Amino acid sequence: MTKSKEVKLKKYGTYWERNAASGGYLLRHDVGQVMIKIIRFVLLFGLCFLILEPIFNKISVSFMDQKDLYNPIVVSIPIHFTGKNYQVAASIMNYKESLKNSIIISLTIAILQTTMCTIVGYGFSRFKFPLKNLWFACVMALIIVPPQAFSSSLVLHFNNYDILGIIKMIKGAPINLRGSVLPYYLMSATCMGLKNGLYIYLVRQFFRNIPIDLEEAAYIDGCGMFKTFIRIMVPQSKPIITSCFLFALVWQWTDGFYSKLFIGGKELVSTSLATIADSLGVYVARELGMVNAQTNVSTQYTNCIMSTGTLLIVFPIVLVYLVAQKAFVESISSTGIKM
Amino acid sequence: MKNDKKDAAPKKRDKKYSGLQKRKAIAGYMFISPFILGFLLFLAKPLFESLYMSFCEVKLGSGVVDKKWIGLANYYEAFRTDPKYLVNLTDVLPQMILYSIGIIVFSFFVSLLLNQEFKARGLVRAVFFLPVIMSSGVILGLEENNSLMAQIADTVETAVANIDVTAVLQEVLETAGVGTRAYEWVFEIIENIYDIATASGIQIIIFISGLQSISSSMYEAADIEGCTKWESLWKITFPMVSSIFLVNWIYTIVDYSMRSDNDVMTRIDTVLTTDLRYGLSSAMAWTYFLIVTVFIGITSFFISKVVYYNDEK
Repeated sequence: MTKSKEVKLKKYGTYWERNAASGGYLLRHDVGQVMIKIIRFVLLFGLCFLILEPIFNKISVSFMDQKDLYNPIVVSIPIHFTGKNYQVAASIMNYKESLKNSIIISLTIAILQTTMCTIVGYGFSRFKFPLKNLWFACVMALIIVPPQAFSSSLVLHFNNYDILGIIKMIKGAPINLRGSVLPYYLMSATCMGLKNGLYIYLVRQFFRNIPIDLEEAAYIDGCGMFKTFIRIMVPQSKPIITSCFLFALVWQWTDGFYSKLFIGGKELVSTSLATIADSLGVYVARELGMVNAQTNVSTQYTNCIMSTGTLLIVFPIVLVYLVAQKAFVESISSTGIKM
Repeated sequence: MKNDKKDAAPKKRDKKYSGLQKRKAIAGYMFISPFILGFLLFLAKPLFESLYMSFCEVKLGSGVVDKKWIGLANYYEAFRTDPKYLVNLTDVLPQMILYSIGIIVFSFFVSLLLNQEFKARGLVRAVFFLPVIMSSGVILGLEENNSLMAQIADTVETAVANIDVTAVLQEVLETAGVGTRAYEWVFEIIENIYDIATASGIQIIIFISGLQSISSSMYEAADIEGCTKWESLWKITFPMVSSIFLVNWIYTIVDYSMRSDNDVMTRIDTVLTTDLRYGLSSAMAWTYFLIVTVFIGITSFFISKVVYYNDEK
């Protein structure tokens, strides 16, 4: 027993004496706390299991040999333990190359989208200007209308890109912007990327909940509007910016739609995962010595490789999340705001 | 004081944007200028083209798109002649409401749990982030035709089918015969808890980041004044995240109604890709967007009545 505890014991008596002194309140309080802990544990454990179960299934399948897949006795634990599925999936997806491409593109796009959406969201939250409601209606339109709805128009639009006939006047013909990454970066820089409307709206709502006093104080002290935004508002909104960044990263990482539309030339983990079933046929044929042929691969094996590929694509993002979530723990109370 | 404000108000309106306000209006436009630029350059044209197509008979020739104005005929066909569209629509909308409420309640509850202090909190939060990844982009498409996984899930399900607690409870409550309809809805949500848990990953993170922004000094003050935890949940937490509630509500509805495995969206897609009826498909899509927008507008109008903003003085 440490010294402080001894002193405490002398001063206040044992637990039961203290309980008696408090009229039974101490015991009731402690029992209540333990009950809350138990209920919370059961609930979270159950929910976590619910979410993790399909992923556990994938992990167990990914270590199975082909023989185990056809064996009805094997459900979760493989008999012939093997890591070969990972090798096959990685080489089909051209994992090293596509991982590198994906990391570069997803990171730059996510950073670009988060920055621009934070700026625009701030503009919508704090300033009064004419036609504000009209522009905000456009943001809502961006949230509601899914990109698939206008994809065909978008493709045509980028095939013959022209701004009011200006380019045609200069170069003689509209330019083809498809096949290069540039238009997608342009779209991200102007908040037109995947689900960017949501980020704008999210940031706006968040900023509207931050007291205006700090900014007013900054204005009075002679801080410009943009500087106030960078110095005062951004540090306060770490949790929301982190969430936006994570969403942007994940959605870009697994996105097949815009990637197919604009980044067709480069191999990304998302696009190579989408075609993994077809590539497997080619791969198996090549392994068997047949060139330019496609063999039929059993559904079980295809699904097994699919699951392995999914794990390969999910794993890096989980790592990023574990690093990024530190920003959630730092709450606003640490930035010294008294409301 | 109040009289002063009333007197000052009309004056302000006369010179609505003057001095600092004018500078602020310009700064506001500077801040949102990227969005305006993007909207005009990239979104406006495809959007209006698609709207225009819904009033046209579209024929795809060799590289040429032939549009003939036929007025409201496409809309007429979507609602009066098409065998599936209206049925799908009336099926999907009540489902959407039920699920959205379920998802919002569930994710708010979970985010309250995850915002407490306990061991391995980071790990549990990471687990709740997994559905965000697993239900996005190409992975979602792969999951749908992964029969091996479905087979394993079936095996597990049949193994635990005999120990179904909710089924027993459901039987007891239904024989009691009170408010069967309400029970059915609750049980439908409970039975599909997996769908709800996987669909609420985003909402949970948004709620957590909202909860994180509440200053702990408010809770301290309430605690000193003798406020119970339950009271401070309703008097502090709820108003402070109410603006985030609105975002989540809108996002949930949009996410549910625009998912590609949704019946209406599948129908729109079939008409587009199989029947190659661009005009009809656009008409269906636009009426659907309009219905969803109106629904969002009405509900968020009522929600925003109780939303508390800190910048309103």
